[in-house]
Parts: sequence; structure tokens; C-alpha cells
Amino acid sequence: MPNETILLLGVNHKSTPLEIREKLALSSGYEEPLQALKRIEGIREYYLLSTCNRVEIMVTARDETRVVEELSRFLFGDALTPEQYKKYLYCYRNEEAIHHLFLVATSLDSMIVGEAQILGQLKEAYRWAAEQKCTGPVLNKLLHKAFSVAKRVRSETCIGSSAVSISYAAIELAKKIFGSLDNKRVLLIGAGEMAELAAEHLVGNGAREVVVANRTLERALSLAKRFNGRAVGLDELFDQLEQVDIIVSSTGAPNIILHKDEVKPLMRNRLNKPLFFIDIAVPRDLDPALNDLDNVYLYDIDDLNNVVELNKAERDKEAVKAKRIVDEEALKFKDWLAGLAITPTISALREKGNQVCAMELERTLPRLSNLSEKERKSVEKMAAAIVSRLLHDPVIFLKSESCKDQSELKVDLFRSVFGLEKKE
Amino acid sequence: MLSEINYLLFVVVLAVSFVASAVYLVFFFSQREKLRTIARMILIGSGGLQSLYILSRYFIAGHTPITSQHEAVTFFAWSVTWAYLSFRWRYTVKNFGTFVSLMVVILLLLAATVSREFSPLAPALQSLWLPVHAGVAVIAYGFLALAFIGGIMYLLQERELKSKRFGFFFSRLPSLDALDQLNSHCLTAGFVFLTLGIITGSVWARQAWGTYWQWDPKETWSLITWFLYAAQIHQRFTAGWRGKRAAVMAIVGFSSVIFTLWGVTYLLGGVHSYAQ
Repeated sequence: MPNETILLLGVNHKSTPLEIREKLALSSGYEEPLQALKRIEGIREYYLLSTCNRVEIMVTARDETRVVEELSRFLFGDALTPEQYKKYLYCYRNEEAIHHLFLVATSLDSMIVGEAQILGQLKEAYRWAAEQKCTGPVLNKLLHKAFSVAKRVRSETCIGSSAVSISYAAIELAKKIFGSLDNKRVLLIGAGEMAELAAEHLVGNGAREVVVANRTLERALSLAKRFNGRAVGLDELFDQLEQVDIIVSSTGAPNIILHKDEVKPLMRNRLNKPLFFIDIAVPRDLDPALNDLDNVYLYDIDDLNNVVELNKAERDKEAVKAKRIVDEEALKFKDWLAGLAITPTISALREKGNQVCAMELERTLPRLSNLSEKERKSVEKMAAAIVSRLLHDPVIFLKSESCKDQSELKVDLFRSVFGLEKKE
Repeated sequence: MLSEINYLLFVVVLAVSFVASAVYLVFFFSQREKLRTIARMILIGSGGLQSLYILSRYFIAGHTPITSQHEAVTFFAWSVTWAYLSFRWRYTVKNFGTFVSLMVVILLLLAATVSREFSPLAPALQSLWLPVHAGVAVIAYGFLALAFIGGIMYLLQERELKSKRFGFFFSRLPSLDALDQLNSHCLTAGFVFLTLGIITGSVWARQAWGTYWQWDPKETWSLITWFLYAAQIHQRFTAGWRGKRAAVMAIVGFSSVIFTLWGVTYLLGGVHSYAQ
């Protein structure tokens, strides 16, 4: 292990445009690529992460330059020449690799900082690698550490608690009104792309039914089909308003299509169950005065944007805190790794000490024939004590802070000083 | 000697409740989960100590300690605490404990300002009906107090959502739906106990004074309170009075409870007045 380097190679949404990421040969699950990695010589432990925003390989390997080359070829296949991919690929070693992994796990490297998805994807990737026995002591420890760092960041900062896109903001608000979205019905007025996106989020968060009301029934039908919902005509709007809970309006109508006075009488039939209107149309579809009705909440696109801006500012503050935690944990892990590097040396030293001790006792004891059993034990004890006393300071030195930064050089020197065999 | 220990016990109850409330408040600001667990433990401790205090007064006085101002308010605090804890055992409402613990401290502080002397029991009150009637009534007040707290929280959260300016409370308060359900549950439980309180009181009055109802100010105001809550419950289940209106009504109803508890005694007098 001591001579091995932790390497992390990859591309992500920051470094590489989507057209390039699409060409990477790893879109077909984890099983095949992991098998392929196994055939690359010189890497001992490895794992692979592939999401829509990033592809990353992490390995421990000895022959660094060659492995990097082979891995890059593995990543890009024949799609790009080395000159082409050089500007996309990033490659981190040791501490940098650890730090990067922690940044990814805590979602600080994600497109939307604070999102929770990446941790699940990371765990999934690790599960594949572990099942195929691709990981070993170092990567196991490192990935588990990454999970716990992510957990620590989640619990100690508020990084994941605020919504930073309009859809998320709408969900957050809906949850503050309805508690949970389970079994809530959604009505889409207008069947545009924005409405589709919003509906997707609402359904993803538990909403039960989607009803689409549109000027052209055809478009309504095709959108409703996507969510296993129903399509209705615009003239049925008021009937629907009695049934649904969340309304997303996004028509291209030039004027307001729903007025306060039209909704007010509906509330009685609804037994005052809350209504949440989301108006993402420009110009607006819904009467701003709707918000004045009891149990009716209206948010237009500007309101939602305000929520997003507010949350962004808050989240940036939290990201600084999260970054500090990542730095701290990466340092700690580096120490652990350094400790791992000197462990064989320390045990070799102890081993040698014990050998010397045993050898000398073997030579001396037979000559002291008139020793009682008790005295013999004392002599043995003394010999062992001298050895361990003598080795105490060197071991402390090896474990000390000053050794960690340049351990390789010092360990080698240390080994020659004490005449330990060269490490393999 | 015994009454000195009793005196000391009250100070301990007050102190523990105060600490619970303080920890809850720190949790409310910092949102650190660990603190909430600690605060809850302290509040449970406070609930236990309150029970102990009430028991000790029972043994010293020889009757249910609910006949003086101090005792009634302490009992009230006890019932708020245990109504909350029994409630909490079934389901959670985010950060509800903070508000409840504040209410408990306020009640105990009020109890601390009035005389803690033991007073002999008036002959008319020497009956098994005393613990039944007064106990049931105070438990009703406990649940209605929770509905009141839920109402205040609802109004705070609703204001944030309507004004679209998300301040301090938005992330810290639960969803409107959770608060509305809280209102419904506490109102129902409180109303059942309130009804029982009035019925037991009426039966007792028949035994003690020979008439079921004598329009004593406290009786009148209890009836007014009862009608206020009955109307709320009726409207909730038929016309869907919920949300803001239900929250406001829970606050109005509770003001009536408070007036029945204190206002009547000081302003109107009558047979229900506490021993002075």
C-alpha cells in the first residue's frame, strides 16, 4: 500500500459540456465498466460513479502515469483523441482526490448545491463496486467516510433545507400549506413546458392526480397521458376547481382568466379546504386579489423568484460552513492514510526488536545455570523492557506530526537506519 | 416542616420548567435536534415534579388542592403539560413544545405571585365531586390551551405565507395543515372534557345546593364558553370552518376560558370564587 496513490479521474458538468459527456462509454449501468476496469493492470482498488452530471473513477494504483493514461482511454474510448479530452478531464491525487470526493458527496460540487440526490447515487455506485469486490481497505474506509461527512454536513448546516429553483420553491410552499403532498390533486391550466416541469416535481413529491385543462384538447390529452391523468376542456375549469388542491397556470392568455369573485363562491363547496395557485404565466393568468381570500394562496412567478433568491443567499452562507467541514474531514482522513503508511514499518521495527531480544536471551540464559525460575523471568523481562524502551522514541517520532507531510522519505530513511528490509 | 418542603418543591418546579422553556427557546433559534430531546426530557421531568407538588399539597391539605387561586393555576399548568405530553406521544407538531413550555412557565409564574397558604375547605365543597368536577374542567382547559397555542402558531405562519415575506417563523413553524389538525384534535378533546365538567358540576350542584343550575357567574361564563366551542365544532364539521377562522376562534374561545378562570373571580364573585 505505501507506494500507492489514490487517483481520481473524471469529468463533470463544470468541466465538460453535455455533448461530450453523452459520448462517454459508461451509460450502460455499472456492471460492465467495472469488469472492464478489472482488466487494467496496476490498479488495486477501484470504483466508478456515473450520474447525468458526472463520471468519475477512483482507484488506488502504483504506476501512476501509466494508469492515468489507461483510465483516460477507458473513459473516453475512441470518441476523443488525447489532445481533445485533455481540457475536459480532471485528475486528482491523494489529498486532492479525497477532498474532491467529499465535495461531491456533500453536494458542494453539484449543479444545485445542497441537493440530496448525489449521496444516493454515490451509495449506489459504491454498492456495485463493493458487490463486485472492486474496493479494498482504503476505498472502503474512504467512501464510508464520505457518507458520514455528507451526513455531518446535512446535520450541522442548513445547506439542504432551502429550495433554489422555482419548482422546488413551489414544492416547499405547498408543503408548508398542505403538510405533505400525498393524495393532493393538481390541475394544470395550460399545457406548456413549464407546467409539465412543475407537474413532474409535484408528482415526484407525492401528488396523486394530475388534471390538464387546455385550449386545445389534443395537447392536454398527451400531457395528461404522461402523468396517467385526465384532460378536460377550459369550460370545465370551475367544476375542477372544487376537486383539486394545487393549480399551476401557464396559459398564453393576454388577460386574467380567473377572478377573485369567481373563486370565492367555490370555497364554500370545498368546505374551505386550502387552494394553492401557482401562476407561472407572463402576463399573469390569475387575479392577484385571489391571495386575499381565506385559505387561498397565490404565488406568481416573481413571488417564487423572490423565494429562490432568498434561499440562494442563505444557502451560500451555509455552503461556506459545509466547505469548512469538508476541509477538516479531508485533513483527518489524510492523517489516517499517513498512519496506514507507517503501520508496516512500526510492526517491522517491533518484530526486529523482539527477534534481537529473543536471540540474545537464547545465547545468554543457558550460561547462567544457577538461576531460579523467578530470576530467569526477571532477566527476560528486563531484556524486553530495554528493547521496548529503546524503540519507544523512534516510534513516537514516526507517528509525530512532522513525519506525516513527507512520510515516504522519512520512512525510507528510518528503515535504513534501523536496518529493516526494504519494503516491497 | 412539611409545608416548607412543599414550598421548596414549588420553587424547584418553577426552576425546572423555566430551564425546559429556556432550552426549548435555544433550540427554536438554533434548530439543533439534540437540544430538543434534552428540552423534552426536562419538560417531562417538570411534569413529574408538578404531579409530585400537587400530590404533596393533597396530603398536607387533606383535600384535592384546587380550591385556591394558586392551586387552580398550578393545576392548569399541570394539565397543559400533560395534555401536551400525551399528545406528543401520539404525533408530533414541529416546534409546538417551545410554545407549550412557555405557556407552562407563564402559568407557573402567575401561580407564584399569589398566596400559597393552605386554606380550610368550605363545608359545601367537601365532596368526592370536587376532584371529579374540578379535575375534568381543568383537563378541558389544558386541551383548550393547546388549541389556543396552535391558533397563534397558525396565524403567525399564515401571515408569512400570505405576505410572501419569509422571516424567522417560516422555516420554524409546521405546515398550516398540521396546525389545523392540531386545532381540530385539541378542540374535540377539550370540548368533551368541558361538557363533562359542566355536567358533573351540575349534578354536584343538585346534591350540594338542591338545584342543577343557579346562574352563578362562573356557571354562566362556562356556558358561554361552552357555546363558543360548540359553535366552532359544529361549524367545522358542517360548513368547513377551518384555517384562519378556526385559529381565531380558538383564541377567542380561550379568552373566554381565561375570563371564566380569573375574570369571574375578581370581577363578578359568586359561589365558585376561590378561598381568599
